Amino acid sequence: MSWTGQLDARSCVLLRLGDRRFALAADQVSELVAPSRMFRFAHRTVEIDGVILRRGRVVPVCDVAEKLTGKRLTSRRYYLISKRRQEGTTDWIALPVSGDCELIQADLTAAGPSDSPHVAAWLSHAGEVIEVLNLGALTPGMEPVEGGAGRAPLPEAHA
Amino acid sequence: MRFEAVHKTPAARTEQIILFRSSNQIFAISSAAVQEVRSVDSLAGASAEIDEASVPKVRHLLKRGERSVYVVNAALHFGLRPSPAALIFLLRKTRVGLLIDGIEKMTTMTRLQALSPAFCHEERVWYRGLTVLDQNVIPVVNPQGFLSEQELLQLDAAAGALLETEAASVSEMGLTP
Repeated sequence: MSWTGQLDARSCVLLRLGDRRFALAADQVSELVAPSRMFRFAHRTVEIDGVILRRGRVVPVCDVAEKLTGKRLTSRRYYLISKRRQEGTTDWIALPVSGDCELIQADLTAAGPSDSPHVAAWLSHAGEVIEVLNLGALTPGMEPVEGGAGRAPLPEAHA
Repeated sequence: MRFEAVHKTPAARTEQIILFRSSNQIFAISSAAVQEVRSVDSLAGASAEIDEASVPKVRHLLKRGERSVYVVNAALHFGLRPSPAALIFLLRKTRVGLLIDGIEKMTTMTRLQALSPAFCHEERVWYRGLTVLDQNVIPVVNPQGFLSEQELLQLDAAAGALLETEAASVSEMGLTP
């Protein structure tokens, strides 16, 4: 799939951060869980709030709301556990979200060179134009991968 | 009579660790990395003050034979609020003494999880990884991560100057060191 392709039907998960909605490619989403105990320890990665335990795995929690909306989330209703892939390895990161998430099928429009690096693509849903997030640009510890438009390419679409 | 070989599940590899406290946070260190545990009081006469501005987490050195061992304040190293320290771990294969608040307990860990790549700053040097004990996540410290080569060089230079000053003042007083 060419990243520069104009339209591409994809499964996406809509998530709510405050009063705005964003989307993630569905194959980057592992599960949606209720907030559980957060463990904190000394570290210097300011974007990471702490870690949660999920199925025996330690998952860092990264609140991306401030980067995307300018405000930290006041209420965390769920954690969206997302997968990040780099150099053949997968790691997980928990994104606090403030409302229900929704799985949708939508046509994506590739992001343009003038879009922010955190925008992987755009989709239109229920009269709203929504950013499809590039987790690599939004969360710490990922090397930026050059795609056709200078961004990390989204994984292949699923039928 | 011969018995068939029984396939056993291999025993999980365990590692003995010491859980210690610094500024109200719990850390783990492999017990194999700790050579001695001393009380701060027992080292009161054996340490010298060192003031190397670029390494503020080190305020004391201990002479162990020809070697200088630098005492790292664990709370300052991890960027935590300073707290009254009571114990020093003298670490094996390093020139580090670690100033801590106290020992919580000794236990074993069966699994060390690598630090997520999302942690991308000094903590990658500080920790070998994370372990889960009694549904708590505990960072397991890297004994080699307390002082960098550069910091050791700076401390060695400061310690050398300190010892020269001491030797000069002893000789001025006409005393044999």
